[in-house]
Amino acid sequence: MRRVRQKMISAAAALLLAAGAAQAQRTDITVGMQLEPPHLDPTSAAAGAIDQVTYANIFEGLTRFASDGSIVPGLAESWEISGDGLVYTFRLREGVKFHDGTTMDAEDVKFSLDRARGEDSQNAQKALFSAIAEVNVIDPLTVEIRLSQPNGNLLFNLAWGDAVIVAPESIADIKTNPVGTGPFRFSNWVQGDRIEIVKNPDYWGTPAKLDRATFKFISDPTAAFAAVMAEDVDVFTGFPAPENLGQFEADARFQVLVGSTEGETILSTNNKMPPLDDVRVRKAIAHAIDRQAIIDGAMFGYGTPIGTHFAPHNPAYVDLTSLSQYDPELSRKLLAEAGYPDGFTTTLKLPPPSYARRGGEIIAAQLAAVGIKVEISNLEWAQWLEQVFRGKDYGLTIVSHTEPFDIGIYARPDYYFQYDNPAFQGLMEELNATTEPTKRAAILGAAQAIIARDYVNGYLFQLAALTVANAKVVGLWANAPTQATDLTAVYWED
Amino acid sequence: MKGRISRSLWLGAALTLAFVGAALLSFVWTPHDFAAMDIPNKLQPPSAVHWFGTDHFGRDIFSMVMVGARTSIAVALVAVGIGMALGVPLGLAAAARSGGLLDEVIMRANDLVFAFPALLIAILITAVFGASAVNAIIAIGIFNIPVFARLTRGGALSLWKREYILAARVSGKGAARISFEHILPNIANLLIVQGTIQFSLGILAEAGLSYVGLGAQPPTPSWGRMLADAQTLIGLAPHIAIFPGLAIVFTVLGLNLMGDGLRDLLDPRLRRART
Repeated sequence: MRRVRQKMISAAAALLLAAGAAQAQRTDITVGMQLEPPHLDPTSAAAGAIDQVTYANIFEGLTRFASDGSIVPGLAESWEISGDGLVYTFRLREGVKFHDGTTMDAEDVKFSLDRARGEDSQNAQKALFSAIAEVNVIDPLTVEIRLSQPNGNLLFNLAWGDAVIVAPESIADIKTNPVGTGPFRFSNWVQGDRIEIVKNPDYWGTPAKLDRATFKFISDPTAAFAAVMAEDVDVFTGFPAPENLGQFEADARFQVLVGSTEGETILSTNNKMPPLDDVRVRKAIAHAIDRQAIIDGAMFGYGTPIGTHFAPHNPAYVDLTSLSQYDPELSRKLLAEAGYPDGFTTTLKLPPPSYARRGGEIIAAQLAAVGIKVEISNLEWAQWLEQVFRGKDYGLTIVSHTEPFDIGIYARPDYYFQYDNPAFQGLMEELNATTEPTKRAAILGAAQAIIARDYVNGYLFQLAALTVANAKVVGLWANAPTQATDLTAVYWED
Repeated sequence: MKGRISRSLWLGAALTLAFVGAALLSFVWTPHDFAAMDIPNKLQPPSAVHWFGTDHFGRDIFSMVMVGARTSIAVALVAVGIGMALGVPLGLAAAARSGGLLDEVIMRANDLVFAFPALLIAILITAVFGASAVNAIIAIGIFNIPVFARLTRGGALSLWKREYILAARVSGKGAARISFEHILPNIANLLIVQGTIQFSLGILAEAGLSYVGLGAQPPTPSWGRMLADAQTLIGLAPHIAIFPGLAIVFTVLGLNLMGDGLRDLLDPRLRRART
């Protein structure tokens, strides 16, 4: 009996609250996302879910990505680059405080960058910092970064979530209690369910319009659909079931944002495993694939075909899809030339996202049409990382590479593609030494062509950023230039 | 009254035969190639061309349900076979050595397997050894063993006290020969009835395992995976969930009705009670 009464009282209280909230503008938001972060330190893990929660909300870097992908000042309000491109001098903003009350100054910047590029650093993107020779504190608000060689990408690199500024005072507990400089501070984490952040009243810049935000983790696409429909979540970023977007579009309660991501979705190929080590075989695979069928069948039309590992919205993108037109006849001919007139058998290991599972079934059918038999096995993420990404025990797999500007991975012979081409590696070194934009674009164009002509992987499509939100929520990013859910400018419209 | 075939037996047998027939027919004929994708024509409602409509890849659902019957029936049949082949001899041995150490060991081992929920064991096995139709068969087979072992032991124990068994023992027959020559034929009816029930449970288990992705791997069609694939599409195109769902329901219903009917027909105790 008592419990019933308690329930009634709390229900009545909830009703009263709801009635009150209906009059005032809402200042809280619940954001649904598919994956829960393993911990909350963006500087020591590759998991994109960490950045989805912390980037721009809790942590900030010297520079940052704007919603259109451009690089804008972050904690550094301005910078100067020396004539030889080797010395960057950053002027920091005044009065920036960490959430624990300590001041953010040049010492913290030096600490963060030295920690990220140090010998024993756990940083998942250490290559971002490889050009840095030393970081010097000039005065509390001035930092000088000296490079060992010119790097035209430095400002871009410092905008990554892996390069955010952390404080030595709070570094010990960063994984469970992240302390940054952002407009929100960490409040609570219920493992397996949600993370809560609250507004930082002492923020140095334009304060957040929301008072609190909750990130709720819903991995199952059906549950995600139900949660949005029932309005249990106000926003769902990276919505996992593109087939349901039509229903949301038709419903006045919701808005659907379709943008671009940095996710090149590719049929990753083990370039060391016979017969996939033969470029003719890889070319045959490329010509056996009908990209549009995959985009329509797996993504319900959301996605842009790509012919190389580069984002189509980048100005330096070169459309190379014509190198791998759908042409099963040519594919069969190439297989015969390579000595496999009857095809061969290989493995196709698929991680959980629907682009991989559904895309995999379609690709298996398309490859079967030219005689290549693939054995599909569906893996969980942990297994996939273990077997495919680290173990390199696979023939083919499908995955979306969501890091921005990541063509450099093809210069790493130990990467899971196992692609080793000195010419390409030379181009990447040349790129790093070049700051002049048109020259950089020319080098990038050449690099895109090399990997497209070597058919390193099957290049499928650029993943679309699919966000479903309550129609009254304003200020969300449509595009995903990096993995982030920037809530700084988000508010509810009356 | 002896041997009267009940209506539920007819209905059950008819449903079962229809699905076994569809599965066998699918080896030689399906209306369309079950694996052929036709993405521009995805999610078509049922029509004269595609009797059950098409799925999210434009494949013909009727053909997939037919071939899916093959997967389900093959997995369940082999799994029940494993359960019988191992469980029945274990049960006979336990009964023959009733009260002895062998009996204890066998029956306690059975209890151990019984103590775990059946589907959990199956998930454990497929999670450890990888998801495939073969592992699903083994997993479902393993939890069938104690069912048959226990049933056999129970049936055999009561027979061991009969005079004709005593006569066989007096004439010098060994326990193994008595078990197979005299006891097994007399409990065959029990086993057939239980086999039918386990068969339907096996089909459910296979559908459940495929549903969570631990059964037959694509492109082999399977009713459970068809349901899983249909999950997010159910609002758009309900038919792609309804038809494989109905296939599971009617197959299991058919087998259960047939099992009930066979028990009425074959179980001597029930027959006596009715007259």
